[in-house]
Amino acid sequence: MDGAWKKKISIRINGVEHIHEVEPRLLLVHFLRDVAGLTGTHIGCETSICGACTVMLNDAAVKSCTVLAVQADGADVLTIEGLAQGEKLHPIQEAFWECHGLQCGFCTPGMILTAHQLLMRNPQPTEDEIRHALDGNLCRCTGYQHIVDAVQYAAKRIKPGLVRSKQKAVSRKQ
Amino acid sequence: MPVSKLVGAKVKRREDPRLIRGLGQYVDDINLPDTLHVAILRSPYAHAKIKSLETDSARQHPGVVAVVTGAEIKDQVGTLPVSGGNETLRVPKHYVLAVDKVCYVGEGVAAVVAEDRYTARDALDLIRVEYDPLPVVTDPEKALAPDSPVIHSEWPDNVAFRSEQKQGNLTKAFKEADKIVRQRLVHQRLAPIAIESRGVVARYLAAEKELTVWSSTQIPHMLKSNLAQMLKLTENQVRVVAPEVGGGFGSKLNVYAEEGLVAHLSLKLNRPVKWSEGRSENFQATIHGRGQVGEVEAAVKKDGTILGLRYKVIADIGAYHQLFTPAIPPFTGLMLSGCYKIPAISMELTAAFTNKMSTDAYRGAGRPEATYVIERMVDRIAQELKIDPVKVRRKNFPKPAEFPFKTATGLAYDSGNYPLALSKALKLAGYEKLRRDQKRLRSRGRYLGIGLSTYVEICAMGPKGMWEYGKVQVEPNGKVTVLSGASPHGQGQETSFAQIVADELGVELDDITVIHGDTATVPKGIGTFGSRATAVGGIAVYQSAQKVKERAREIASHLLEVDPDDLNFAEGRFSVKGVPKRGFTIQQIAQEAHLAKNLPKGMESGLAADSQFEPSNFTFPFGTHICVVEVEPQTGRIEIKKYVAVDDCGKVINPLLVDGQIQGGIVQGMGQAFFEEVIYDENGQLLTGSLMNYALPRAADLPHLNLTRTETPTPVNPLGIKGIGEAGTIGSTPAVVNAVVDALAPFGVTHIDMPLTPQKIWLLCQETKAAGSEGRR
Repeated sequence: MDGAWKKKISIRINGVEHIHEVEPRLLLVHFLRDVAGLTGTHIGCETSICGACTVMLNDAAVKSCTVLAVQADGADVLTIEGLAQGEKLHPIQEAFWECHGLQCGFCTPGMILTAHQLLMRNPQPTEDEIRHALDGNLCRCTGYQHIVDAVQYAAKRIKPGLVRSKQKAVSRKQ
Repeated sequence: MPVSKLVGAKVKRREDPRLIRGLGQYVDDINLPDTLHVAILRSPYAHAKIKSLETDSARQHPGVVAVVTGAEIKDQVGTLPVSGGNETLRVPKHYVLAVDKVCYVGEGVAAVVAEDRYTARDALDLIRVEYDPLPVVTDPEKALAPDSPVIHSEWPDNVAFRSEQKQGNLTKAFKEADKIVRQRLVHQRLAPIAIESRGVVARYLAAEKELTVWSSTQIPHMLKSNLAQMLKLTENQVRVVAPEVGGGFGSKLNVYAEEGLVAHLSLKLNRPVKWSEGRSENFQATIHGRGQVGEVEAAVKKDGTILGLRYKVIADIGAYHQLFTPAIPPFTGLMLSGCYKIPAISMELTAAFTNKMSTDAYRGAGRPEATYVIERMVDRIAQELKIDPVKVRRKNFPKPAEFPFKTATGLAYDSGNYPLALSKALKLAGYEKLRRDQKRLRSRGRYLGIGLSTYVEICAMGPKGMWEYGKVQVEPNGKVTVLSGASPHGQGQETSFAQIVADELGVELDDITVIHGDTATVPKGIGTFGSRATAVGGIAVYQSAQKVKERAREIASHLLEVDPDDLNFAEGRFSVKGVPKRGFTIQQIAQEAHLAKNLPKGMESGLAADSQFEPSNFTFPFGTHICVVEVEPQTGRIEIKKYVAVDDCGKVINPLLVDGQIQGGIVQGMGQAFFEEVIYDENGQLLTGSLMNYALPRAADLPHLNLTRTETPTPVNPLGIKGIGEAGTIGSTPAVVNAVVDALAPFGVTHIDMPLTPQKIWLLCQETKAAGSEGRR
């Protein structure tokens, strides 16, 4: 495509600034995967139903298959790759491992980030609240029971404030 | 086997660390330098002649490297393979792109190859196709009518194949019956919907004449052989890699047009080529499952004894056969006996071509249909005879002492204890109390329903050529490499196979690496499907580990200069009986074996062994599922109050993984019962073409499942394991439908076809309202 059609944007992903010229129609999920090379965010449906592409955009879980990259200009994005601190897994990741909350693993990054948003907003959710919070994320393997177990497990272990700390540490533009 | 430490333990999965960090590599995550992207133009018509196809504008579009049509490549890429079927099978030519006519919406017509995926998609809009629409038939029953349009003109009608499975004296059974219970049953079409759609990356290296294909597949080795044949290459020129695979459920147990097409494009253009299936393409062009319409007749005695069963069924094949299409419906006939002694059974099957995507293996593959038939019929019989459905089941169960139990359909069920699983489930559910509650609530105008399903399934495919391969190799440094021909994609065999080997060789779990899914690394294999990976592939690994241990014993005996029988083996170490200090660990032996300076005469270097396992029979997992629902006639809403499942898959390697398989399976079966249906309109347009209009089960739709197990080992393999991949799906669907029908019995309801949507329930309650108010007990 011609350069005239492109717009220069800057997105801070997992604390690292990514500045690129992109077509205005480029989806955020393709920016993450193809431009930034972070393939942990998956594409499952392109219609914002399955939630495999869920990332945190300025502290809110969004489906990155229906957000344009240009809409995320200047924003902070947290993807699954940014959740662990070095070798230390995030408590939600630990919980998914511990409770066998995944099988094929394809929905898992989106599922974990949705759980992350839930626990930010409601640190001690009931089973019913967890199930409703995960309603926008489809899993075909687990039947959700071990995922619900994992979120409960994580809720018990997350120290207050820990969930928000990473995002808060990054100063926001706009 | 020695006392095991790990087999049977809840071991956390070794696959997970990469997956929970987003580091797993699925096909679409593979980015080779210089990769071209493919987009496929698909037919908007269900049945039409291609009058003309103009691709020049697309070819001239900046960034487009090539455009190909079916007519251009039909001599370069072979047709798609079909496996199974009998002498009546009709196999229409199935090209990777349609040549002169299209037979279903979504059939590939042309492909664009471009420098990036957006450009490839843009250029599709520049291709002009002129279609000449032909009459369409989508209903399999109508497709068999004399006045139906014929899809493949090579034959006079739309019959894809026929089969008749008939055993026992049916005439006698129906003559001696006190009652004949009849029911028409529809097994609606379903979409498998692995959350990762399909995808292919192909790279041809012209200098090496080597083609590597990364595909989201359950069967890399079968795909390799088939691609070699389709592309006229030798097998040693083709390597297939199944990287991380994001779910399959049978939908990736296939050889697809796009696999042949993308590989061909890489050969032709001499660059890496990638295609990633979109979700709407996935709905249109990845196989569907189920799709049967049948009439059942059961001959019964007054006391509930089932004398005979007839099933006359039409299977909806779609426009073409895919790899195992003809093999699926006959499984239904094999399993029609369910877990009951039925002396005479027949299935008369006609498979019909329709202007739709093919049906093929979808989790359960023919067995859920059988279980649904028999489990619905048992409840229908109970309702007709006014006997408790539990009693009808108990009446017809074979006793545990009768195993191996021979069915009228010609199978020998390996082992089972059906009454035990049933009793356990009834107790867990509190059945007697539930029946009392039901009666009490009905008098208040509330409708509780209790549904049972006592299922048995056939798995661990299987005898007669369906072997699996395994290899265990202790490296010079003492670490262990396990190779398996099974190609798991979420089931967790990197963990369970390591558990088997760790116990057998007495090595640490962390010292074992399980490798699968690459035909260049694993010399042969069949794949993961039919609940076979552990019950067949796991045994090949187990046998290899035993061979390694025996070889190590020989070496230890040689080094220690004692008779092999004078050695103990414990905790990964051989030691001389009575002199425990004298001995060698398996790691020390491995090192000696690789140095090969002091080995028994004639022994070659290294400490490794491989083996193949082919079971003598299938295995037959079973169980009882109980679903309790409350139905609100005013709205049609169904609430699942309780779900109890007692499953028996023989010995268990890792209870965590087994629970995961059962839970996922049950929910997938509930999906069929409550939500899912692939719908084409009469013009062959796919009305459920996205996740916006094809409903999958969601977390909030579901109850907490209450699971437990009984354990009846199979004699078919040395570990006593039966397989658990499909049991949940097979068991749950009829339990749910039986529960809802039971809830609405006061309305005179005897059957409801799936999916049990609130609208359908509400309408039914409206229609039978008058009868309902009179019929209330």
